[in-house]
Amino acid sequence: MNRAPLSAVFQLAAAHLALLIYTALALFPVGLIVMNSFKERNAIFRTPFDFPTAETFSTAGFETVFGRGNFPNYFANSIMVTVGALLLIFIAGTMAAYALSEYRFPGNTLLGLYLSIGIMVPIRLGTVSILRLIVNLDLNDTLWALILVYTASGLPLAVFVLSQFMRQVPRDLKDAARVDGASEYRIYWMTIPLIRPAIGTVMVFNMIPIWNDLWFPLILAPGEASKTVTLGAQQFLGQFANDYNAVLASLTLAAIPVIILYILFSRQLIRGLTSGAVK
Amino acid sequence: MSKKAFPWHIVVFLAPAVIIYTLFMIYPLLDSLRLSLYTVPEQGGAEVFIGLGNYQRLFTDPFWQPQITRALANTFEFFVFHMLVQNPLALLLATLLASRFVAGRAIYRTLIFTPSVLSVVLIGFIWQLILSPVFGRALFAQIGIRLPPLLGQVETALPVVSLISVWQWVGVPMMLFLAALISIPDELIEAARVDGATALDVFWRVKLPLIMPTVGIVAVLTFVGNFNAFDLVYTTQGALGAPDYSTDLLGTLFYRTFFGFQLQLPNQTMGTAVAGVMFLIILAGVLIYLFTIQRRLVANTVEM
Repeated sequence: MNRAPLSAVFQLAAAHLALLIYTALALFPVGLIVMNSFKERNAIFRTPFDFPTAETFSTAGFETVFGRGNFPNYFANSIMVTVGALLLIFIAGTMAAYALSEYRFPGNTLLGLYLSIGIMVPIRLGTVSILRLIVNLDLNDTLWALILVYTASGLPLAVFVLSQFMRQVPRDLKDAARVDGASEYRIYWMTIPLIRPAIGTVMVFNMIPIWNDLWFPLILAPGEASKTVTLGAQQFLGQFANDYNAVLASLTLAAIPVIILYILFSRQLIRGLTSGAVK
Repeated sequence: MSKKAFPWHIVVFLAPAVIIYTLFMIYPLLDSLRLSLYTVPEQGGAEVFIGLGNYQRLFTDPFWQPQITRALANTFEFFVFHMLVQNPLALLLATLLASRFVAGRAIYRTLIFTPSVLSVVLIGFIWQLILSPVFGRALFAQIGIRLPPLLGQVETALPVVSLISVWQWVGVPMMLFLAALISIPDELIEAARVDGATALDVFWRVKLPLIMPTVGIVAVLTFVGNFNAFDLVYTTQGALGAPDYSTDLLGTLFYRTFFGFQLQLPNQTMGTAVAGVMFLIILAGVLIYLFTIQRRLVANTVEM
């Protein structure tokens, strides 16, 4: 059966055609924006589907964005919030997952269930009380407000996934370390590298929604000093809606870091989505 | 090593996660439900307990009643678009990608997923620009189409916003379906093919029944995700769900109510009542899933 029947060839061609069409549909809007952000205003309207040429090339939009917006600052804030929350999710998540998977203690199952309530209930529903709490703690308009809220909302899934991987670490290894007199903390630290792929997946999985969130920056930290890039872009775009160069440039600036991260980490992200799915 | 010593290390390991999670997630959710039973008297002062008064007001008061019913209906329509367009499209794409004969599957998969990693704000503005009366009209004129103001008309705004969201998120259920399809043993499909089943038969009779657990998970994720949607409508249509509230969802109503918008003063206790309604709807959806769909499928599920 070396030669595929004709109908199979047609099916294969049809499959490729369908996938190509959908891929084009998925990429065309983003490509169109990036392409036009490097063109001068008239060319944007006259020849929107053309690549920038020597005559139509312009970076006027980027100059406006850097001149008027506070984008470097917003970027720094987004990076600090994302890295801060991921770090806390990493530390608190691996520790809790280790305790839940390693020790038998009364209430272990119950605590596991308690921690997984947050997988299904969206944290946004508690926003009014979160806002009051953050104001009472004097954390409004600080990056800490966002870091703590994102940590709380990321922990349930992190603990759930990580504890399943921690359970697969061989017992002998840990017992051997105990015999050698290693403390429990040391043994915990020893298991971390063994589940590195799972940690990578959990981190990438949390990174994107944190970076992209609009809701909590808008409500908890709308001040100029604590604005994230997603909120900054949203407000900038609202203000300069008619300056098409600036709008296209700021959209491009906001998209490019995420696209680069996606290119770097797509493997982990997709693995997380496909393995975490059938939990 | 004293065996009876209190295992302090367990407490140390658990404390950070439990404290942060309890303080910033569980406590606010419970406190928000509690607040929805209180109101601030008109002359100001401390909050007073009024039982289900806020909920009653939400569904009977002439100011609130039209808003909540419209937001409920719009949110439901938004959800239905995802169930009927996004999920079947995702299943179709996943089926194509699951075929071992299609070369370059990983590339297609990665590219199709791209919109899902970009922020909703970005996606919203990109589509708003593409459909705008100025740039969009120039754009579509190039390919000979006269573009109506799709996001500005009451009849088309909600379907178009829903389809933008479908376009952005289709990659997520696609990945979930793909994972489920790949895990089907080849022998099962081969056996059916040997028995003379066509590709379509194999899909309906073999593959679909086997991936039913994933269909259930996708359905409940779609439900939970869409019943607190906010970012896309806020970005493209504003907090009022323009035009004329035609795209106003529970998420935007919740935001306006507790945060205030333009002439509407913030009302935190009414806001928590809107959140309470959203909570009950999501809870009902999750419970229906757990007690009907998931129970029936429990034999096929890996673990849960």
